[in-house]
Amino acid sequence: MFYREAGDFKTTYTDDNQTFPIKFDRYRYYAVLFFAFLIVPFVINDYWVNAVFMPFLIYAIAAIGLNILVGYCGQVSLGTGGFMAVGAYAVYKLMTGFPEVSIFIHILLAGGVTAMVGVAFGLPSLRIKGFYLAVATLAAQFFLVWLFNKVPWFYNYSASGQISAPERTVLGIAVTGPNTSAWATYLFCLVFVTICAIIARNLTRGTTGRKWMAIRDMDIAAEIIGVDPLKSKLSAFAVSSFFIGVSGALFFSVYLGAVEVGEAFGINKSFLVLFMIIIGGLGSIFGSFAGAAFLVLLPVLLKNVLVGMLGWPTDLAAHLEFMIVGALIIIFLIAEPHGLAQLWRVAKEKLRLWPFPH
Amino acid sequence: MSVTMEEGYITEDGRKIGGTLMEMKNITLRFGGVKAITDISFDIKEGEIRAIIGPNGAGKSSMLNVISGFYVPQEGEVWYKGAKRPPMKPYQVAQQGIARTFQNIALFEGMSVLDNVMTGRLNYMKTNMFQQAIWKGKAEKEEVENREFVEKVIDFLEIQSIRKTPVARLPYGLKKRVELARALAAAPHLLLLDEPMAGMNVEEKEDMSRFILDVNDEFGTTIALIEHDMGVVMDLSDRVVVMDYGKKIGDGTPDEVRNNQDVIDAYLGVSHD
Repeated sequence: MFYREAGDFKTTYTDDNQTFPIKFDRYRYYAVLFFAFLIVPFVINDYWVNAVFMPFLIYAIAAIGLNILVGYCGQVSLGTGGFMAVGAYAVYKLMTGFPEVSIFIHILLAGGVTAMVGVAFGLPSLRIKGFYLAVATLAAQFFLVWLFNKVPWFYNYSASGQISAPERTVLGIAVTGPNTSAWATYLFCLVFVTICAIIARNLTRGTTGRKWMAIRDMDIAAEIIGVDPLKSKLSAFAVSSFFIGVSGALFFSVYLGAVEVGEAFGINKSFLVLFMIIIGGLGSIFGSFAGAAFLVLLPVLLKNVLVGMLGWPTDLAAHLEFMIVGALIIIFLIAEPHGLAQLWRVAKEKLRLWPFPH
Repeated sequence: MSVTMEEGYITEDGRKIGGTLMEMKNITLRFGGVKAITDISFDIKEGEIRAIIGPNGAGKSSMLNVISGFYVPQEGEVWYKGAKRPPMKPYQVAQQGIARTFQNIALFEGMSVLDNVMTGRLNYMKTNMFQQAIWKGKAEKEEVENREFVEKVIDFLEIQSIRKTPVARLPYGLKKRVELARALAAAPHLLLLDEPMAGMNVEEKEDMSRFILDVNDEFGTTIALIEHDMGVVMDLSDRVVVMDYGKKIGDGTPDEVRNNQDVIDAYLGVSHD
């Protein structure tokens, strides 16, 4: 019953290739899905959705996307905020331009638009690596934010320069706009998270993922065994940007509802998502979730403890929160540079042998 | 036995060697003012084990890099399977059925042994990204088929017990073996080995020699190798090219090369007798 592979024999390669080859793991995964889909929606309220679940789910998609690019393919990117903005503005233009089409399709299309933009900004990666590529993607970040501020067509010539999401429904239930209910928006995001995570897992365990990791680990050797560096780097940029675009679209339309580009999708966003995957663990889907949970939950937790329980003034707590989160990140990186995912792996290794470690 | 025969020859141990698989014609390679390779021609015949030897800096590795497409020579032609090969990228060369290993191991450290060997099958993977994203169906079937081939290679090289181990954790000798497995997984027509025995102890060298002979014997793979260990080279190879200062100074069977006065002067020296 406990976490172990003894007695859990595989007789086909298909069985051996599953996402969770160990039975206990597999049941845990089904339990989490069951809980998330069938229990949480009934007990959830507005506070939990807006403060915890929605940011966690949406950032998890962005983190998975960035992890594909940085963790799996080894191409550093600081343009996440800009690409999220592309997703947001794409979905806005689609929602206002084609109101009769389902929002579900709009969000996927917004991901597609972002994928194309991502490929365009990924082109320098063929020539430059590492920090230099990071600077090139930083240019994308600033350029995209500037573009969405500068060209009124993107925000439909509104006086405030903001974009705000009109009400759209899925199966007759509002998921965007002012009249949404907590469980509906939660489930809507959860569906996207689940689909994205499964796609990411399928891509990374198969040929595409091996190509990306080969490029990450040693690009010269990758080329000599037949990996086309152009195609695989650009495919990583495309897939990564698709996820980030979807998360940007959800962030704007379902979560915030109204957005000013510089504020919502600034350079801070890029760093936040990058921290998530570094803390969560590079090259791990689980790590993307763990990192997103860590950076979303920690401030909420600290605020509740400092203001709610200790009764400190809000401004003091807010400043202290920055310091504590910053310190924790540094401590974390020193203690476990491979992130939460590595901690999880070590724990699982231990658990396999527990309680007889010899 | 005649080495120059167009239709191949019979080796001393009775193996039949076929026609020309690859031919280098008057290759010259320069790096700026330095001539790494000067006007070298030789051929590799189907099914043989061909060694390239020479002192340090003779241009052996450069020659291998020309064959695998890393360097494009300024002069000369590369003929492969009866056709002149246009200048192409290394990954295109790989798609033509040429695989190689490196002098300094070039494995993907962040991946498991199995994944490393599976990368050798990349050229056989035909599903597109959408099929892989869905996984069920074509992608899974393809994965399993290629896994079966990879498992055969893993069996052959006797690395079953480490299949799921991350490569970074393996000792040097095993890494070399995994790298050979990755090259073999591609089922290449021509296998290039850059110093396969470098840094190994006697036992590991014997293992590696056995694997090289077995690969040649069982799969009929043509092998071109660079090696410093003279004993190994003379035992393993059917024909030897000797290079010195970027020039070819000898070409023939191990016995012919051993008795070639130029080669003795340049490389083997007096100590050999």
